[in-house]
Amino acid sequence: MIRRLAALGIASLLCLAALPSRAAVEVVRVVSPGGIEAWLVENHANPIISVAIAFRGGSTVIDEATRPGTGELLSGLMNEGAGSYDSQAFQQLLEEHSIDFEFKVGRDSFEGSIRSLTKHRDLAFDLLRLSLTELRLDQDAVERVRSQLIAMLAREAEDPDRIASKVFWRMSLADHPYGRPVSGTPETVAAITLEELRHAAALTFSRDQLMIGVVGDITAAELGPLLDRTFAAMPASAERPEIGAARPLFGDVAVIERDVPQSTVVFGQPGVDRQDPDFYAAFVLNYILGGGGFASRLTEEVREKRGLAYGVTTWLNTLEHADIWQGQVATQNARVGESIELIRGEWKRMAELGPTAEELADAKTFLTGSFALRLDSTGSIARFLVGIQIQRLGIDYPQKRNSYIESVTLKDVRRIARRLDPAKLTFVVVGRPEGVMKTREAPEPS
Amino acid sequence: MGRALRLLSCLLITGMLFANSTEARVFDPTSYVLPNGLQLVIVENHSAPIATHMVWYRVGAADEPWGKSGIAHFLEHLMFKGTKTHPPGEFSRIVARNGGSENAFTSQDTTAYFQSVAVDRLELVMGLEADRMANLVLIDDVVLPERDVVLEERRQRIENDPPAKLGEMATAAFYLNHPYREPIIGWEHEIRSLTTEDALDFYKSWYAPNNAVVIVAGDVTAEAVKAMAERTYGKIAARPLPERARPQEPQAYAPRRVVLESAQVRQPSWSRRWLAPSHGSGGGARVYALQILSEILGGSTVSRLYRNLAVERGIATDSGSAYSPDSLDPTGFVVWASPRQGGDLKEIETAVEAVIAELVKTGVTEEEVARAKQQLQDRAVLARDNLETAPQIIGSALMAGRDIEELEAWPERIGEVTVAQVNEAARMLSRPEVTVTSELRPKPTS
Repeated sequence: MIRRLAALGIASLLCLAALPSRAAVEVVRVVSPGGIEAWLVENHANPIISVAIAFRGGSTVIDEATRPGTGELLSGLMNEGAGSYDSQAFQQLLEEHSIDFEFKVGRDSFEGSIRSLTKHRDLAFDLLRLSLTELRLDQDAVERVRSQLIAMLAREAEDPDRIASKVFWRMSLADHPYGRPVSGTPETVAAITLEELRHAAALTFSRDQLMIGVVGDITAAELGPLLDRTFAAMPASAERPEIGAARPLFGDVAVIERDVPQSTVVFGQPGVDRQDPDFYAAFVLNYILGGGGFASRLTEEVREKRGLAYGVTTWLNTLEHADIWQGQVATQNARVGESIELIRGEWKRMAELGPTAEELADAKTFLTGSFALRLDSTGSIARFLVGIQIQRLGIDYPQKRNSYIESVTLKDVRRIARRLDPAKLTFVVVGRPEGVMKTREAPEPS
Repeated sequence: MGRALRLLSCLLITGMLFANSTEARVFDPTSYVLPNGLQLVIVENHSAPIATHMVWYRVGAADEPWGKSGIAHFLEHLMFKGTKTHPPGEFSRIVARNGGSENAFTSQDTTAYFQSVAVDRLELVMGLEADRMANLVLIDDVVLPERDVVLEERRQRIENDPPAKLGEMATAAFYLNHPYREPIIGWEHEIRSLTTEDALDFYKSWYAPNNAVVIVAGDVTAEAVKAMAERTYGKIAARPLPERARPQEPQAYAPRRVVLESAQVRQPSWSRRWLAPSHGSGGGARVYALQILSEILGGSTVSRLYRNLAVERGIATDSGSAYSPDSLDPTGFVVWASPRQGGDLKEIETAVEAVIAELVKTGVTEEEVARAKQQLQDRAVLARDNLETAPQIIGSALMAGRDIEELEAWPERIGEVTVAQVNEAARMLSRPEVTVTSELRPKPTS
């Protein structure tokens, strides 16, 4: 079932370090008798268990082997029937036992989140096993979820934010699978065959690409055998298409004309690799520039001083095959040119002068101090554990993360600031903007 | 409606966050009233060394002076603009520098501000919040750019978005006389004319300790928090408060229908809402019966609407219902549906009406009621999973005129509902004169 408005794409790709963990989180590596590994945080305060899983690959790999939107459609079918349970029987079991059971696809991963009361734990794991190994893909369920996905795409086609984001990716990564919309287009989704869905499932669900995080009311001893029961039936590996490194192109300004009073602007330039030694410096710098809510320079200049926008924000996308320093703002049509010039100006000022010692100190106290705050449920911690694995960070990351931030020096942030380059900024504007000089025609959003 | 940079604020519609309430006899709060009339509620939760602090004022958009729509929300933004001792922006800087996160939101019945911090910073934020309860300073130089920010917020949330524009029209048609008919963010032309003086007048009328509830949840003891509250909020003197004048709804004689056609729209949708009792408007046991009715009619993918329209007949991509009883005055009971590609709204409407007519005619079954009760009561347990849920739910309930005992007894109240009570409540659905029907349609190309 697909019900969301798909604003989640960006959030899920946000820099991982923006997802802090409670300092007290103690992660244990559990390896089942059959050799399946999961990262576990035990918490017996409530009779609740959350499981997050992810398979590497995601829409980039799946859609390369099939067609755009196949990964998204498959994610919507994961709770639509498996084994002897058809769609309604499967969903009835979930509802009657209050089990949350959702899958989603991102550019680099296919992810599931399951939450259950302790008393229904075995059923929850059993339904997960069935969906991973005996997915039914009944024709009526496929057509229903296909229609939901096409309806979602139709709604997105009205939404300036989604249009701007899709065109930004398409323009910047035209020659790479990343340039394709994760959810496909109405035309590609309409054409997806059962055969392609089966192929997508087969190339996604294998143990070599699996990552697992478990949080809540379960012990390591209880979890081990459950891991085998749930995941051992999957094949050890699967054949997947190779995806090459992306070479994003930046520095353009494009306008997509839409009859709305406010223009949405998505902008970006080359980013920083998650394994780059300067990644944490970039992470801190991004907070100062545009990531830090009310504390950021862009918010101060664009919102607080001039009232040009409700929000302006930047973030670091660290993907498997590309890194993008991205941002977004929305301003009334008459003043979009002014917002864009301000952003360019702040980009330049930061590149030339870097942040101040005080800004650096404030950023570090916020980023380390707030680390404890946001992982406030079993589900958010479980997804965090999987996120660490997706980004290939160690199991000690929750313990070490604050020391990585602490060790960033003024010299480090000034060095990384020089990678900011206003000439490399691409701006995609959706609306009827005034004062914007476009440098190229935009591809129509699909 | 928050000051959030991220578009998370879901409190535009009062209490929508808690549709089909997740309240439970689980939070076990302690409550005090300080000599100046401030109510203090504490929920001890020792799972992490952090605390969430919220102050809720018993004033919202529905308490605005005639012709000043949006002033409650505008003042919420302006509460970050400084006091006698803290210059503009310093509140947020202090919170961020201390690793805290913060935000605020406005609904029809309440305005609330909150911070999450490491527990040793709790008194610091209580002191800051108490300071701006009494000592706000506003000057045109900071007020006028912020008014532009609110206008951008309105463009982003409403004017750029056809479903939101339709929602605004439908709400104005739904309430014939009650101030809930006006948008929380305000009408655009009235926002434009709001002044510094308007904001200060509203502030001086309503922001007082005897009009506030402070809720602290986290790794604290009730005694320690009480002492902190006495040292901070305790110093502010009580003030006489205006009466909350809430003109009530008249007898309605005819159903209303609101249609928005737009070239921007590609996915049509249909909804209908009935004027329904709330906790604050003397709904009594009917509220619990309506919560169960909503679950049975449209709470999930196995409920009657989705099963009939989306699964069995395949004419809708989605269909469901929602009911949010945490408001002071009458609320809406909503059903909605979206047609599949090429489908038409008339067919959808007829189908929804048939499902409802059947339910009203033959009633709900014992089994349906038992299943709905179990699901709602499970949700009360699951609500404990997230640390920020308790203060949110307690605050919403208190602002809707409930007390803590009633809130804590919610699972029992749900358990007591009978089939006859649900059927009695369902009769409301055969009264067309208290409804508004909304249609969102693509503009025909010709």
